[in-house]
Amino acid sequence: MPLYLQNLVIITTQILAVTICVILTVAFTTYFERKVIGYMQGRIGPNRVGIKGLGQPFADVIKLLIKEVVIPSRSNRYLFVIAPLLSLIPALATWAVIPLTDGFVIADINAGLLYVLALTSVGVYGVLLAGWATNSKYAFLGAMRCAAQIVAYEIAMGFALVGVLMASGSLNLGEIIASQSGGFSQWFIIPLFPLFMVYFISGVAETNRAPFDVAEGESEIVAGFHVEYSGVAFAVFFLAEYANIILIAALTSIFFLAGWSSPFEGWVFLGEGNFLREPSFFWLAVKICFFIFVFFWIRATFPRYRYDQIMRLGWKIFIPVTIVWIAVEGVMVWMKVGPWSI
Amino acid sequence: MDESWTLVNINRLIMKKIKNYIKTFLLWELWQGLSVTLRNFFRPSTTIQYPEEKTPQSSRFRGLHALRRYPNGEERCIACKLCEAVCPALAITIESEVADDGTRRASRYDIDLFKCIYCGFCEEACPVDAIVETRIHEYHMEAPGENIMTKDKLLAIGDKFDNLITKDKAADAKYR
Repeated sequence: MPLYLQNLVIITTQILAVTICVILTVAFTTYFERKVIGYMQGRIGPNRVGIKGLGQPFADVIKLLIKEVVIPSRSNRYLFVIAPLLSLIPALATWAVIPLTDGFVIADINAGLLYVLALTSVGVYGVLLAGWATNSKYAFLGAMRCAAQIVAYEIAMGFALVGVLMASGSLNLGEIIASQSGGFSQWFIIPLFPLFMVYFISGVAETNRAPFDVAEGESEIVAGFHVEYSGVAFAVFFLAEYANIILIAALTSIFFLAGWSSPFEGWVFLGEGNFLREPSFFWLAVKICFFIFVFFWIRATFPRYRYDQIMRLGWKIFIPVTIVWIAVEGVMVWMKVGPWSI
Repeated sequence: MDESWTLVNINRLIMKKIKNYIKTFLLWELWQGLSVTLRNFFRPSTTIQYPEEKTPQSSRFRGLHALRRYPNGEERCIACKLCEAVCPALAITIESEVADDGTRRASRYDIDLFKCIYCGFCEEACPVDAIVETRIHEYHMEAPGENIMTKDKLLAIGDKFDNLITKDKAADAKYR
């Protein structure tokens, strides 16, 4: 077999693997969300389809797949169709650089962090195009809100990652994790706690989740940017939103909680060869699940931000906080007082 | 409290402001809100799984109507039309006749369930405890016209749920 054919087969397999895994995870994430929020509201969530309601996500998917996709006659047909894909593809493509365990990563590139930043920024174009192409007032308002919000929070997010970069001295995600190895005390969440908070809250804002979901804002602008989307097209937006949640959860655990490494590294009393001490995919999964839970927890707790409050938080609080902390961190690195050694 | 601009008061105001500032940055109130939802997360849910589980029902529940009989099988209703008169929704239609034994009987006793508001006035008005509202609330209509409960249908319900109705009425009797 010629080399390019081999590459084609390998890459296609990788793409399929990522896509299927992420879509399956998304399916159960929606179930998880409904259960978590249900319990927090004194309900029990879906429990009729399948065992304990586990068939519910599949029932929802099948329902959406067999529904008609209505394309408004005054819309821009081409952009209208391409917008949901444009929001989903970056959310899937980012997984290429995410290391699941030591060395288990599709593309071990040096500029992994830049790649992540670039792709998560592309994702917003899907929302913008959807709002524009729909040619509806509500969708347009939603897209404009989304654009302003993403611009504000992207900066804080980027700055928070500058802190991670300074601490780890590498843009490669695997090396960022490796530089945090050595148990809980070495994790960047301790010296970079303000940046961690800023990054995670900005992540919530980036994914347009409650309490930052003004782009959807169902009580004001119906469904915001996806007001005219139905059937599969809506399902793709839905998928993109949840894929982004999982992605932000994974990135937060990689940047600040050392991804696949164990918090109990070097704890002697756990015994030699105890899997709790070993770095493994298990720990990454635990951290991702925790952050996904926090996403839903926040959604169940807080009411939606007013629009000017979102702008104030993004521009007047998060950006100054990150800049100040980067300065503090710079001094710490210079004086060699941090837990890291560069 | 003294609100004058003394040095102590100004000091207190400044301290309060600093305290608020720290509280804001520690997300103090947000954590409080999150703790409320987390506590509820571990609390058992209040959901009743309806078809399998049911909430307790009062013996005074006002559901589907029924016409009762005396223990010897004789219809209680004497077509006095008090229920028809008291019905605020005009859901009851009664026609009377003289039966073979010379007593006054209802030849027609219709309740329109679409008009009925289940207020229970008919039951209150009835001098012979003929019309009652049972605790049956799970019923439906499939064809037009099934909403009209005729005398036969009402008597059939009364016969079928005689035990239940008698028990409910006995439980309520001492409060009347």
